[in-house]
Amino acid sequence: MTPSEGARAGTGRELEMLDSLLALGGLVLLRDSVEWEGRSLLKALVKKSALCGEQVHILGCEVSEEEFREGFDSDINNRLVYHDFFRDPLNWSKTEEAFPGGPLGALRAMCKRTDPVPVTIALDSLSWLLLRLPCTTLCQVLHAVSHQDSCPGDSSSVGKVSVLGLLHEELHGPGPVGALSSLAQTEVTLGGTMGQASAHILCRRPRQRPTDQTQWFSILPDFSLDLQEGPSVESQPYSDPHIPPVDPTTHLTFNLHLSKKEREARDSLILPFQFSSEKQQALLRPRPGQATSHIFYEPDAYDDLDQEDPDDDLDI
Amino acid sequence: MFVELNNLLNTTPDRAEQGKLTLLCDAKTDGSFLVHHFLSFYLKANCKVCFVALIQSFSHYSIVGQKLGVSLTMARERGQLVFLEGLKSAVDVVFQAQKEPHPLQFLREANAGNLKPLFEFVREALKPVDSGEARWTYPVLLVDDLSVLLSLGMGAVAVLDFIHYCRATVCWELKASILYLMQGNMVVLVHDSGDAEDEENDILLNGLSHQSHLILRAEGLATGFCRDVHGQLRILWRRPSQPAVHRDQSFTYQYKIQDKSVSFFAKGMSPAVL
Repeated sequence: MTPSEGARAGTGRELEMLDSLLALGGLVLLRDSVEWEGRSLLKALVKKSALCGEQVHILGCEVSEEEFREGFDSDINNRLVYHDFFRDPLNWSKTEEAFPGGPLGALRAMCKRTDPVPVTIALDSLSWLLLRLPCTTLCQVLHAVSHQDSCPGDSSSVGKVSVLGLLHEELHGPGPVGALSSLAQTEVTLGGTMGQASAHILCRRPRQRPTDQTQWFSILPDFSLDLQEGPSVESQPYSDPHIPPVDPTTHLTFNLHLSKKEREARDSLILPFQFSSEKQQALLRPRPGQATSHIFYEPDAYDDLDQEDPDDDLDI
Repeated sequence: MFVELNNLLNTTPDRAEQGKLTLLCDAKTDGSFLVHHFLSFYLKANCKVCFVALIQSFSHYSIVGQKLGVSLTMARERGQLVFLEGLKSAVDVVFQAQKEPHPLQFLREANAGNLKPLFEFVREALKPVDSGEARWTYPVLLVDDLSVLLSLGMGAVAVLDFIHYCRATVCWELKASILYLMQGNMVVLVHDSGDAEDEENDILLNGLSHQSHLILRAEGLATGFCRDVHGQLRILWRRPSQPAVHRDQSFTYQYKIQDKSVSFFAKGMSPAVL
């Protein structure tokens, strides 16, 4: 693939990833962890939905409204309908500002809409709701909200609904996570290696086999997506730029370095047990000093000079 | 405060970031030296500090504070430090009738669902006082430590709710006041039980990890106790305001605690080992 073809394919793929996540509708589960956070991807999806002209509702429970809106330009910010459940979710200040019924009431209210406009609801975060509400109630409401467009009868008047839920995997046991996973049309599990983030995307299309793929990406400061090839096999091991390389031989009491002469002498040394060609010649050649040495032996009385029968037990 | 730790975190009392939640956690070792560091750091930064100390007495922190160059007694007298001494107040709340709700009211009640009285105490302590001039730079809440609240019968979600409300108030709401032009910071300590199957503690630790901007994790060495290297410190920056500018970074250093300071070095580079 030539570089220009690769670039065109790159932008095509970039649109595909966010589009494919939003195209199916229904519940899109973003599973993140402490090391690989998912809020940036959630904001990227929110931005994409807003740019496509959809109605975007945010149920903000985990971070403040200012923090969520940070990084979006004013055009996008004006299109977001923000329901703030961060300031006083449990009504401890005893004012009536909080939405009656809390975040669950707000979700239920969205079940009853009749707009033909496609809508995207972002839950920040689903973990917050799951820790405080019974799992069955939450699953029922999510099912009702995300499947509005597939109800028989009035299906033509209600637009497509996408529910984006941010789920922190470590906080919940396998039961609730499995229940939410079975409700979801699309599941994105965030991970990565060596500073590079990846998304494992599992799509469940109706009446088709589930498809999965892994996509390496990074999110730019304006919350658009930049797809990448993934870490190459020969890339260097992740070196720590913060710590300057320390030379461990600086404060030793013994000398680890070799001078040039010592290094030459070491390189020219022949190891004693290495069978080189010189050693082979030396063994084959008779040594000149051999003829001058003799061994004088006086046999004892017990010595047996018969080489053919050393034990003297052959009765021949 | 430990100057070497400031260098590693790239911060000084004059130009610390605001509106941040720092999570300290320790596993198989004692991470309280981090609490002493941040206490002296923020007192030197001229912040109004509310310290919810549930583990040790005031005199303990005061003695260590003197070694680090801050006087807790003087800070308390001039109103810079609001100190809730858990050990003493717990006795008061149990053995004396209280007229108004005590911060540690949950100790009296059999089915205390939430930590609202403790939150009200914190909010009252860090509320800007209308004295006509801004004396302190920004509010700071310090908690040592949260795991003990689990042991005292609160659920993990109740403690998470308490931290949620503290974050909403300390890190965001107080910014609206004219006296505190900057957001406040929070530093909390949670123990990591490690192998022990403590689900509530795991939920608390992971839940806070997701909300934190900076996680400092003190761990004992995997090979056991050592006289010259007391443990290793993992530093994880999360949630930068600009995504992908500094992607979540994690560094690991080993440390040795001395009488008045802590020295940090790269792994395997302890002067005693070389």
